[in-house]
Amino acid sequence: MAGLEIISDQGYRIDGRRSSELRKVCARMGVFTQADGSAYIEQGNTKALATVYGPHEVRKGRGKIQHDRAVVNCQFSMATFSTGERKSRPKGDRRSQEMSMHLRQTFEAVIVTELFPRSQIDIYVQILQADGGNYCACVNAATLAVIDAGIPMKDYVCACTAGFIQDSPLLDISYVEESAGAPFLTVAMMPKSEQIVLLEMNSRLHADNMEKVLDLATQGCKDVFAVLDRHVRDHVSESHALMTAS
Amino acid sequence: MSSTLGVLSDAERLFIVHGVQDDLRSDGRACEDYRHVQVETDVVSNTSGSARLRLGNTDILVGVKAEMGEPDPGRPKEGKLEFFVDCSANASPEFEGRGGEELAIEVSNALQRIFNSRSTLDLTALCIIPEGQCWVLYVDVLVLECGGNLFDAVSLAVKAALFNTRIPTVVVTADDEGQQEIELSDDPYDVKRLDVDNVPLIVTLSKIGHRHVVDASWEEELCSLARLTVGVTQKGTIAGLNKEGSGSLDPESIYEMIESGKKVGMVLNSRLKEALEKEENSKREKIGFLG
Repeated sequence: MAGLEIISDQGYRIDGRRSSELRKVCARMGVFTQADGSAYIEQGNTKALATVYGPHEVRKGRGKIQHDRAVVNCQFSMATFSTGERKSRPKGDRRSQEMSMHLRQTFEAVIVTELFPRSQIDIYVQILQADGGNYCACVNAATLAVIDAGIPMKDYVCACTAGFIQDSPLLDISYVEESAGAPFLTVAMMPKSEQIVLLEMNSRLHADNMEKVLDLATQGCKDVFAVLDRHVRDHVSESHALMTAS
Repeated sequence: MSSTLGVLSDAERLFIVHGVQDDLRSDGRACEDYRHVQVETDVVSNTSGSARLRLGNTDILVGVKAEMGEPDPGRPKEGKLEFFVDCSANASPEFEGRGGEELAIEVSNALQRIFNSRSTLDLTALCIIPEGQCWVLYVDVLVLECGGNLFDAVSLAVKAALFNTRIPTVVVTADDEGQQEIELSDDPYDVKRLDVDNVPLIVTLSKIGHRHVVDASWEEELCSLARLTVGVTQKGTIAGLNKEGSGSLDPESIYEMIESGKKVGMVLNSRLKEALEKEENSKREKIGFLG
């Protein structure tokens, strides 16, 4: 890309990070009162909101009912003002539908759906501000929201991206780095069992470099897990303190 | 709002109706009391202006984006204002897919109605080249949670976001061949603000039993059959009026409702202005959704 150096000679990226550093992650659980579970996450300038409703009885499309497990229903949407160029519609385009499908697959893999036969769990995610790694922010926010709703999961799911720019792997790439046209990998994994639940790459990458990039992304997911786990523990001990105080 | 977010039992309904009759509502408010409003501006960095507002359990996020476009042929010397409302599925599972569209159109029509008057916003200030280019302000409303009184909350958030909106200054120069060129200022602080003093706020008055209340919670909305939405400016002018709901109202009570809507609306306008100016002058760090 002309005129813009993704990594400086000193090894720093445009936003001042080193190649294996995540952006700052801030999160909050229980943002809304009406939903069964909700969470908000900021990863750098990417901001996402997730709410969870359920498990409840299957509302629309009775044909979807599964007799041995719960149905997971996801919807991904992006606020029209979230991107640099205004989006004409928040949901329903191909990209959002694909994202919804990926989210559903990811969460069907981790939620213990067998415990809630003939019911439905709704997960809705909304991007409020987009700056690269939208899918990751959504997965991480949704994980917190599912935990907030008290729905049993086998493990956390944490997602992270890693790119390969100027012959070196980069962790958690931002919008500018994403649009530089280099290959990047999106990985969602269960950090404790080290199982990958989603893996996606859109561009071309030499097979020899694949391992390096994947290793970095895996490490990134574990770093995200450490942050999320701390938030969950803080949130729970805070709510516990509030409950015992009253 | 045609809320189907829940159901009330007869006993709950009776309790609310009797409470309203005695001017003491279930959350302790009197009939003309508003709930606590929290507002914060400049929460989404890639917009020209944004605001997040929380009124009880109602949560609204508004983003304003200024883009260049062509003016309407009928009004060549004016900019444009476009409203778009999105009822996010986050607010209720019923809004999933196209479920929220009907309500979204209802809200955006209500906004259009109160912004219809020429004195509301000086749209000529948004003109760049007459008959050529103008600023188009896309006002995008995102409903994140619905806890009653959606219309009022949306109008408050829209006014706050417009107050926060900063439009880059542009200079139009003509070159030798008479071609006009638009030049955007390099300085990010070289911006234009909008004058929102005449922007009205919506006050919804819900008829419950023989009396009416302002700022109904969702439970109270379920008890009310007819509502009146009134646009009120800072000076107390009425801008836009609409009766909603399946019930009917007699003319006598409509006058009463307009009168109390006007009273509440004027207070609301001046309080919002105070809060926005106070926020702007304080160097407080942004909290957003993390607070």
